[in-house]
Amino acid sequence: MQESGFKKRYILLGLYLLAVMLPLYWLLNMSFKTNQEILSGLTFFPQTFTLDNYRLIFTDAAWYSGYINSIIYVVMNTAISLAVALPAAYAFSRYRFLGDRHLFFWLLSNRMAPPAVFLLPFVQLYSSVGLFDTHLAVALAHCLFNVPLAVWILEGFMSGVPKEIDETAYLDGYTWPRFFTTIFMPLIKTGIGVTAFFCFMFSWIELLLARTLTTVEAKPIAAIMTRTVSASGIDWGVLAAAGVLTIIPGALVIWFVRKHIAKGFALGRL
Amino acid sequence: MINKTDNNRAWLLVVPVVVLVAFSAIIPLMTVVNYSVQDIFDPQTRIFVGTEWFREALLDERLHGALGRQVLFSLMVLLIEVPLGIAIALCLPRRGPWVSFCLILLALPMLVPFNVVGTIWQIFARADIGLGGWLMTELGFDYNYTASPLDAWLTVLVMDVWHWTSLIVLLCYAGLLSIPGAYYQAAQIDGASRWAIFRYIQLPKLTNVLVIGVLLRFMDSFMIYAEPFVLTGGGPGNATTFLSQQLTTLAVGQFDLGPAAAFSLIYFLIILLICWLFYTAITHLSTR
Repeated sequence: MQESGFKKRYILLGLYLLAVMLPLYWLLNMSFKTNQEILSGLTFFPQTFTLDNYRLIFTDAAWYSGYINSIIYVVMNTAISLAVALPAAYAFSRYRFLGDRHLFFWLLSNRMAPPAVFLLPFVQLYSSVGLFDTHLAVALAHCLFNVPLAVWILEGFMSGVPKEIDETAYLDGYTWPRFFTTIFMPLIKTGIGVTAFFCFMFSWIELLLARTLTTVEAKPIAAIMTRTVSASGIDWGVLAAAGVLTIIPGALVIWFVRKHIAKGFALGRL
Repeated sequence: MINKTDNNRAWLLVVPVVVLVAFSAIIPLMTVVNYSVQDIFDPQTRIFVGTEWFREALLDERLHGALGRQVLFSLMVLLIEVPLGIAIALCLPRRGPWVSFCLILLALPMLVPFNVVGTIWQIFARADIGLGGWLMTELGFDYNYTASPLDAWLTVLVMDVWHWTSLIVLLCYAGLLSIPGAYYQAAQIDGASRWAIFRYIQLPKLTNVLVIGVLLRFMDSFMIYAEPFVLTGGGPGNATTFLSQQLTTLAVGQFDLGPAAAFSLIYFLIILLICWLFYTAITHLSTR
């Protein structure tokens, strides 16, 4: 009885994972094919295995600079988001102050703002302060949705730390900055890791703002991928290879946080 | 729950966030408000038009159509992803060597950029070169997402389920892990059915994480842009044109700043209102 229940569970899980992997497999499969093979019919494995699609991306600066640009602004965004969100989340989790609830909801409301709404104002704002087409512009724009989320997640984790720890540290003569960096931050390091993961994720996958705020210097990979569409049709092989390469940084990040995925996703709110 | 102390100096800790978000939210939002009441011919020639754009946007049939499709889409997304996510989370093993493996595979779709998700499904669902499209044809369906509005719609829906169900799964899995084993043993002694265990032990523990999951999924599905844009371009016709795309067409494509701004504000208010209703309803239910 128990046994068959187990088996059914795993069959369902297996089927779901298979369904999740199929489109990714197809992308990978296609990235190793020549365009001729892609268009001539359906093959489950590359018949003429080729690395040309990847070679094109790694040798053309117009291609690989897109990846570098994306990584630069994502890392900047994650760092900025964490730096400003950490003290704020501490304030929200420990103190009651004038307008705290309203401020918190106002912050969260920015997470709900559709990027499309802010498109044109952002272009004008960043042009007028001379940030247009820089990595910083995209990093700051992504703060719009990542900072509120970071404050929200961190606040959950911080509320799980008993307040006695703060009070004891103050009695022992710790100043706030020293207490916060040497005692408190190590206590919530899982929370910081999870927050960084979420910031990285939402900044890495966003396209609309990143594409609109850049033209040449800081153009993200997502925008460069449109180059594969030309008058002679779509270069499917290169498009697939570029797609595979956009998944790799994300896969690396997941690999590093794999031990914390399970607990961390509770976001400290259990 | 932590016992908070009154301290207005805590504002000092919040100042950086307020400054940063004010720079990237309030200034742009005021610009939008500014646009929404003016008719702009060029930077020098502007006429105050009051609420004309709002009236126009509220009566615009394209907006009504996009809003209807959007609400239906977000609703379907929640109705499919939440139960499916809970079911998959219940299927996951609690411990053992396979846990990390399953979690990594599950998390993978979430880190694929929006437009690449569109590309993946474009490659996957095309009947001539895609495995999915080929399978559907082999199974006897007359499937073509570029021509049939229904097929396009379903493809966008399946794409979103593929992309984001994992978020619900991981949230719920974290919630399930936090249930002490003693609860299950007690239930077993009482002879509780599988359903009773789910209803009275597991589901209450999931409430908190599900609130987060539902809110995040609602907000993000309501702003969906790049995935259908890459996959279908909003077509065929405007079967998969959702609010964000309708808005960008108006703002960037036709450069109608005034109407686009009024549209933006209405759009934003709708999201705020629905999220607020969700939030109060759910917190009200869970405190009762």
